[in-house]
Amino acid sequence: MTEAPAEQGRRRRSIDPTDALLTVDDLQVHFPIRRGILVERQVGAVKAVDGVDLTIPRGSTVGLVGESGCGKSTFGRALLRLVEPTGGSVHFDGTDLLALDDEQMRRMRRQMQMVFQDPMASLDPRQDVESVLTEPLRAHRIEGDHRARARELLDLVGLPATALSRYPHEFSGGQRQRIGIARAIALEPQLIVADEPVSALDVSIQAQVVNLLEELQDRLGLTYLVIAHDLAVVRHIADVVAVMYLGGLVEQAASDELYAAPLHPYTKALMSAVPIPDPEVEDTRQRILLAGDLPSPAAPPPGCRFHTRCPFRQETRCDDERPQLRSVATRPPSHRVACHWAEDIDAGRIQPRASAVVEPDAS
Amino acid sequence: MTNSATGPLLDVRDLTVTFTRRGGPDTRAVDGVSFQVSPGQTLGLVGESGSGKSVTSLAVMGLLPRRSVSVEGHVYFDGDDLLTLPRDRMRDIRGRDMAMVFQDPMTSLNPVVPIGVQVTEVFERHQDMTGEAARKAAAELLDRVGIPDPGRRLKEYPHQLSGGMRQRALIAMALACRPRVLIADEPTTALDVTIQAQILELLKDLVQDTGAALIMITHDLGVVAGLCDTVHVMYAGRVVESAGRRELFAEPRHPYTGGLLASVPRLDAPRGAPLQPIPGSPTDVLSWPDGCAFAPRCPNRIDACTGAPPPLEAIGGRTLRCVNPLPTAEEVPA
Repeated sequence: MTEAPAEQGRRRRSIDPTDALLTVDDLQVHFPIRRGILVERQVGAVKAVDGVDLTIPRGSTVGLVGESGCGKSTFGRALLRLVEPTGGSVHFDGTDLLALDDEQMRRMRRQMQMVFQDPMASLDPRQDVESVLTEPLRAHRIEGDHRARARELLDLVGLPATALSRYPHEFSGGQRQRIGIARAIALEPQLIVADEPVSALDVSIQAQVVNLLEELQDRLGLTYLVIAHDLAVVRHIADVVAVMYLGGLVEQAASDELYAAPLHPYTKALMSAVPIPDPEVEDTRQRILLAGDLPSPAAPPPGCRFHTRCPFRQETRCDDERPQLRSVATRPPSHRVACHWAEDIDAGRIQPRASAVVEPDAS
Repeated sequence: MTNSATGPLLDVRDLTVTFTRRGGPDTRAVDGVSFQVSPGQTLGLVGESGSGKSVTSLAVMGLLPRRSVSVEGHVYFDGDDLLTLPRDRMRDIRGRDMAMVFQDPMTSLNPVVPIGVQVTEVFERHQDMTGEAARKAAAELLDRVGIPDPGRRLKEYPHQLSGGMRQRALIAMALACRPRVLIADEPTTALDVTIQAQILELLKDLVQDTGAALIMITHDLGVVAGLCDTVHVMYAGRVVESAGRRELFAEPRHPYTGGLLASVPRLDAPRGAPLQPIPGSPTDVLSWPDGCAFAPRCPNRIDACTGAPPPLEAIGGRTLRCVNPLPTAEEVPA
């Protein structure tokens, strides 16, 4: 850890936004709903991911946020074909992943690895750390001294070499997540999909793991897709943030831009709902409360998916016309939003329904 | 929040919970915890997993098993010491005067009993209501916590409700008898942020409307900042710092409180600088008799930290358990 150049306020990476490592186009993952005992008929589909476009530039971190059930985890898995997409395309470094056969895909996964939420559930309790870390090397028939590589990996993630002969239960949650990360980087992948990498950890440990992910990115040139529901963590770690709602992206922008000035009503509501550990801020900010819950992805509402809960809903277009992600004249072209009324809402010509707005307490 | 204090409603003094194990050492989960809540006040108990915050609440509610647990200290409620009350008296108080909301609504509702039966049960047990009257009261209650179409919901089973709805149903049950003390143990941790915002708003309104005292147990400093009047920070079974929320957030004195605040990423903070984590993990603790439990992870550690447990001292409106606290604004050289 000591040889890493101690730069003040890291993030000196130069990212070329046109150099895409991963390009996702109109990705769909529909799970069939079947009925019938002898003759199974498909009676519908859960549209977990329904037409998502996303580009991940090489060396960058893209954050994908959304609430439970919005399809963000399914999206992450579909990229690695851990669940089969039912439509669209995924290009990784120029290769069309959906055209690969199983064996080709298996080899391809050397380039793309995953870090899971619950480090206890994603590590085999009966496998010692050395075996955990060398298994990917064996599976991909990598030559060389596996044990030395395992030591090197532990060093990279800040664990002592003595950890090699120990088992997952002997470690704390944060240490286990470090082992999960070491396993993911064992094959020197280019892309890491991290699905809720810190949400199972204690607050004081989350920062350690976030810092580790950033440090590894700087040292190894990794590209990340970080999937999380914690907006503060995503804001901290990601260069670009995409917001997902009920299977589709509703907004995408550079991290700072998105947090400074969200355009989509859902993003606005989501941000205003995040409590901030500062009483001065908490007492003075306005909140937009959303009514009700996420609709079922098996029967998503027509038109804009969000119109059933949207405090800015208009009489026309919202109910029957699905908005596409588009850029807005007043914002940089990289800021894209899927709302018919984004300009009017941004300019203040459309106000949220009063019942949805909670003004700060006057105490 | 504006209620003038009429003396504490719940007064917890020197609460200590020890789990005994045959053939093993005792575990002191809660060690000398004291706090008071007044009507209309919200108190936050903050800590990470294993800090003893949940055990504290279970002990106050008399919900810990009797075997192999020893609870010492006093829990005064309305002049009675709850820890010495006979079981049936305690059962009357619990659910009627004091109620609790748990973290995971799926495990605290009975999955094979309709919501309606579970909510009306409270009225039948504590208020001698029956049949139609209890059902009507239950429907009104669900309506009050923001569950649409309560008549239909009462007939449904827990799995048919969404997470937010289930938590509302639980809150409704807790509120059924207009309790004077409500303990909420991580009530929003299992929920999405937009739903969390709804539930927090609901709790805030309830405290304001009914004048109940709310004890909010959470690990989320953001929730505390918006909701609580006073905050008690727990570490390894003891309160290490307590203060009014503004004082606490403006100027944390205990290195653990300061470390927590510095380590959480804030939504409104600019990006760039790495986070300042607390080294080690919450399991790296010193046993209290040997000194401060936080000492192994503490950046401010001095020799005096190990050897003797730091006393709980009142300093300028707050209590603090630290021999080498973070400097106040005046003490910091410019």
